[in-house]
Amino acid sequence: MLTRLISGDRPRSIVLTIILLAILIGLALAPFLFPGIRSLETAARICIFIVLVASYDLMLGYGGIVSFAHTMFFGMGAYGVALASVHMGRGFDALIVGTLAGAVAAAVLALLIGLFSLRVRAIFFAMITLAVASAVAVLVSQLSSLTGGEDGLNYQIPRALTPAFKFADGRLFDVSLNGKLLNYYLVFFSALILFLLLLRIVNSPFGRVLQAIRENDFRAEAIGYRVVYYRTAATCISAAVAAIAGSLFAIWLRYVGPDTTLSFEIMIDILLMVVIGGMGTMYGAVIGAAVFIIAQNYLQELMAVAASATAKVPVLPLFFDPDRWLLWLGVLFVLSVYFFPTGIVGRLRQGR
Amino acid sequence: MADAILETSDLTVRFGGHVAVDHVSCAFRAGELTAIVGPNGAGKTTYFNLISGQIRASAGRVFLNRHEITRMPVAERTHRGIGRAFQLTNLFPNLTVLENVRLVIQAQRHRGFRLFSMADSDSAISDAAAAVLKRVRLDALAAQKVSELSHGNQRKLEVALLIALDPLVYMFDEPTAGMSVDDAPVVLDLIAELKADSRRAILLVEHKMDVIRSLADRIVVLHNGALAADGPPAEVMASDVVQEAYLGRDLADV
Ligand SMILES: Nc1ncnc2c1ncn2[C@@H]1O[C@H](COP(=O)(O)OP(=O)(O)O)[C@@H](O)[C@H]1O
Ligand SMILES: [Mg+2]
Repeated sequence: MLTRLISGDRPRSIVLTIILLAILIGLALAPFLFPGIRSLETAARICIFIVLVASYDLMLGYGGIVSFAHTMFFGMGAYGVALASVHMGRGFDALIVGTLAGAVAAAVLALLIGLFSLRVRAIFFAMITLAVASAVAVLVSQLSSLTGGEDGLNYQIPRALTPAFKFADGRLFDVSLNGKLLNYYLVFFSALILFLLLLRIVNSPFGRVLQAIRENDFRAEAIGYRVVYYRTAATCISAAVAAIAGSLFAIWLRYVGPDTTLSFEIMIDILLMVVIGGMGTMYGAVIGAAVFIIAQNYLQELMAVAASATAKVPVLPLFFDPDRWLLWLGVLFVLSVYFFPTGIVGRLRQGR
Repeated sequence: MADAILETSDLTVRFGGHVAVDHVSCAFRAGELTAIVGPNGAGKTTYFNLISGQIRASAGRVFLNRHEITRMPVAERTHRGIGRAFQLTNLFPNLTVLENVRLVIQAQRHRGFRLFSMADSDSAISDAAAAVLKRVRLDALAAQKVSELSHGNQRKLEVALLIALDPLVYMFDEPTAGMSVDDAPVVLDLIAELKADSRRAILLVEHKMDVIRSLADRIVVLHNGALAADGPPAEVMASDVVQEAYLGRDLADV
């Protein structure tokens, strides 16, 4: 049963299993284990990025397709929810319509880009995605009457998902039982289901074809697979899932803007998370997203501690100045890519 | 004589000014094994590429069961019955031996777009793949990664993929190249076995004369991309073209 749930794709390493279980339990019980607004924000962000990165891994790690448009698809889902909520008014119907519209639009756009460019060469596809994503980002900031431009959009979500809504009196383990908690579990379970769905897809006959194409597209075609159709289908699925992740993000934040969904920085973050976690493993997305986002959110604190601890030592505090956190993040990534070229998951599986 | 399964008419391809395959018209019948010979660079592999679709013809046409396939995508030709093995080993290196064969059978049964079932739980496909591996005597290595196989075993797998495809036209391009004297006969025996099936045509690019003598029903000679001779082995080997081109030498030396 459990094996079916993970589509027979065992972690194949004890350490990896333990880490994955720890992340799963940590996220499942985050509101109770790590009380506080900030840690809940972090946990929700991890859930959403696991889905986003896993959907990217379907394309890159399994299909060997390089795309720079993943944040664009993410953004389409987010703006879908935002626009629906603005125009239809707050309500679950707006969330559903926005999510579906975003996912369908993302899949259709992926289909167009795929059929137009995947025929030619994979590198051409990468360039087209870059161009289209930049164009869309510019468009979104220009069409400010519709999208709110650089300021983005604020909107209301159903009351049942907001802190103002109390679904039970009192508190459970000192956590107030409000809509924010419900909202978190909406994000958590949606992310869990989407991740398991992706895990199933990469272990399906279709997933095997993608791996074959990544390994040797020439031979995949020769044994009877229309490579361009499979690559395009993978791109569409990946885009739709990324869009749904974007919708969840929009529901969680109650705000969308170019910086939080469309920016090229997020695209780079996704790439780093895939590489750090381990490409072509799906589980890499879980670890990559968790490690990256925790580092992004807590490295500054850690450094402040280190800086005050070394305050008496000359020069050293300079390095641990919290303002240097980005530098350290960079160093961490270079080291991790250098020492774990197959990602954390690849490394753990080797070390079996 | 039976109808041709595969036919090329005036098939031609130019690379820049160089004509690599030059108006080759030839028909291949079921139950017949045709050896295609010619010196290196004669255009044998290119002729194969035109038939299986990796290269587009500059002129001329290709017919499979009298349907024109000249402009058809590679995968479509495969589904119609063209089975192509490659001169240079061309496999899925980081997948297992079994998975390589499984992928072929899955393709042939049009299961590639199943998204929500588990690939490994389709026992009909896995069993068929295992049976093919047994036939080429790779069953003991089923779980090995292809990149860890010896060259000889990779060549066997190359043949296994074709057997799994179960095509109408088998196209072998120097299947025993680089194989040890122990491994080569395994592959040749397999090809001889395939020959027993009278519904298929076999095209075999091969240099070794003894192999051609024992297997071929017919020899086609390509020279500078053009058809230089075509006929029963004894006749072609005795012909002036072949005598001139390979005078006194084994074809392997050319
Ligand atoms: N894609 C290509 N582009 C340019 N020239 C090619 C290409 N493929 C083959 N050729 C040339 O066509 C000729 C025939 O090559 P090939 O078919 O590989 O010969 P054979 O298989 O008989 O040894 C050679 O001169 C080769 O250099
Ligand atoms: Mg050749």
